[in-house]
Amino acid sequence: MSGRRRSGKPKVAVFKFASCDGCQLSLLDAEEELLGVAEAIDIAFFPEASRRMLKGPYDIGIVEGSITTPNDVEHIREIRKSCGALITIGACATAGGIQALRNWKDIKDFIRIVYTSPEYISTLDRSLPIGSFVHVDFELRGCPINKYQLIEVINAFLHKRKPNIHTHSVCVDCKLKGNVCVMVAHGTPCLGPVTQSGCGAICPAYNRGCYGCYGPMESPNTSALAGQFSELGETRRDISLAFRGFNAYAEAFRRESEAHEK
Amino acid sequence: MDTTLKLKINNLPQLFAALQSRGYTTVGPTLRDEAIVYDRIDSADELPIGWTDEQAPATYRLKKRDDNAYFGFNATPQSWKRYLYPPQRKLFSIKKNGKSLELLEEKDSNVKYAFIGVRSCELNAIMVQDKVFNSNEYKDDSYNSIRKNLFIAAVNCTQAGETCFCVSMKTGPKARSSFDLALTEVLTENEHYFVVEIGSENGASIMAQVDAAAVNENEIEEADKIIRQTESTMKRSMETADLPELLSENLEHPHWDEVAKRCLTCGNCTMVCPTCFCSTVEDVTDLAGQNAERFRRWDSCFTMDFSKVAGGSFRISPKSRYRQWLTHKLSSWVEQFGTSGCVGCGRCITWCPVGIDITAEVQAIRGVETQSEGSFGQQKGV
Ligand code: SF4
Ligand code: SF4
Ligand code: SF4
Ligand code: SF4
Repeated sequence: MSGRRRSGKPKVAVFKFASCDGCQLSLLDAEEELLGVAEAIDIAFFPEASRRMLKGPYDIGIVEGSITTPNDVEHIREIRKSCGALITIGACATAGGIQALRNWKDIKDFIRIVYTSPEYISTLDRSLPIGSFVHVDFELRGCPINKYQLIEVINAFLHKRKPNIHTHSVCVDCKLKGNVCVMVAHGTPCLGPVTQSGCGAICPAYNRGCYGCYGPMESPNTSALAGQFSELGETRRDISLAFRGFNAYAEAFRRESEAHEK
Repeated sequence: MDTTLKLKINNLPQLFAALQSRGYTTVGPTLRDEAIVYDRIDSADELPIGWTDEQAPATYRLKKRDDNAYFGFNATPQSWKRYLYPPQRKLFSIKKNGKSLELLEEKDSNVKYAFIGVRSCELNAIMVQDKVFNSNEYKDDSYNSIRKNLFIAAVNCTQAGETCFCVSMKTGPKARSSFDLALTEVLTENEHYFVVEIGSENGASIMAQVDAAAVNENEIEEADKIIRQTESTMKRSMETADLPELLSENLEHPHWDEVAKRCLTCGNCTMVCPTCFCSTVEDVTDLAGQNAERFRRWDSCFTMDFSKVAGGSFRISPKSRYRQWLTHKLSSWVEQFGTSGCVGCGRCITWCPVGIDITAEVQAIRGVETQSEGSFGQQKGV
């Protein structure tokens, strides 16, 4: 990695594929912390934030968005070659994003309806995470990601320590926070038990069930949770849709939503 | 001074005032988010007057009572553990000064808590955690700094909750020792009062500041009768005879696979359990690499990180994780600390999102059919 550095600071590049920009904006949103970040790293390529676009190689590449076109595939392979460590951020980059809902349909039907000249459209039949095409060193989950987690990951990479990013359930954070469980106390379906921690259990703190923004936790028992949802009166369709959100194409959620589809 | 007194309901605010005058921060039950939770409360009218809870596996509902009882409910969503052993705590920070490192230890807390409404099972849980955090070999200064200043006003249970089984665990419903005061609420047609048992000098000196009268035989008997009734109406039970051996001899029992199918490995049971004490430590650094901090944070044997060693986690299957929890609580805990790790509070049953019931799992391992009638609750899951 040392050969890549300029002025001793690691060179960082931020790339975007199919996504809404929300995750990259989390980095810009970290105003207070950004000064520290800017001092510690050299942001060499971040079109969203600056016109300065230095050529690679880079020490760290941060990638937002999912792969949806043949062009994307080539581009991500180039990026992988130019980056020492590759970190993907957000539900799009780690699970295919909300746009992966199209994976259950025939893409040609959409193209026909949406575009007047469909012949110009070159797209893949599915929206897939970055990890389906290239090796990823660290996947940071969330829709959007939590800016403190992003800073934590950058920070940990800088100091060569393990990032404090937990893969256990949202429930652990929910209990640490002292929330009253919305599923047990109010009968509100909550994806917290099968969803990875990261947000600090925000929704249950506001008496809402977890929507699964951080994707499946380390050992998601989705079928047992689906069983409980049905005890709470949810229909098969409700259950299928509950798992079909921002992380719909993450394997555990995908299988569970399909199991309740018909 | 008498060791038992009668405190009229209208004089309960004086107890809060007396404690506060001695510098105590009063913590007790109060309403929040459709539940009765422990929180800092400054006066008796913040108590859940006239409210109760209905609990079953995976279900908790706040309900209005048809009387004005102050303590007419059972176990809260979380225990007093949050106060004695906070979910997250900074242990120390390290500062870089040129080439040397400066270690700044975190100061122990000097907070003085008065817990108002500690149930007998919870009192026993505190005694269990005392063994963990205040043994001769290992002392946890942060726990002990809070524990040593603690004032305990226990409340004897006047009703049995659906998920309670303290009678089996011999931890309730009556508080027997280790309290400063123990209150039994008596609510008859004409009168509403507490029979207050004094358990320590500190308790006596607090009561000296409160208008309380002598109690007569009938009133003591009335209070005892209520507690006996709680005991006799407790429906849930756990057969504890030879339990540690039974479990350690059945580590490959097929029932573990059955529970694993239902268990979400979410960790809720360990978080709400008043005796579970596991934590992890985490280091954070600032971006410049000049300062580092170490935190302690509750952990659970249901997380993969919990058993992570070089090469990976050694408890990967949900089965091995559920088995760790249950056998630690009821079997290896006895070996480790000379007491059961379960006080029968029922929280892990109520707050398990899929209603896995520790008493039913033990019965299944014993080879006894799970009772499904009455209020034992149904086995849920898929
Ligand atoms: S509210 Fe949701 S996240 Fe919180 S403990 Fe309950 S099931 Fe878990
Ligand atoms: S194991 Fe369950 S019933 Fe026993 S003390 Fe812990 S939470 Fe209470
Ligand atoms: S049951 Fe698990 S979390 Fe609880 S004390 Fe034992 S090992 Fe720790
Ligand atoms: S027993 Fe229940 S609360 Fe405990 S980890 Fe399993 S599903 Fe979660």
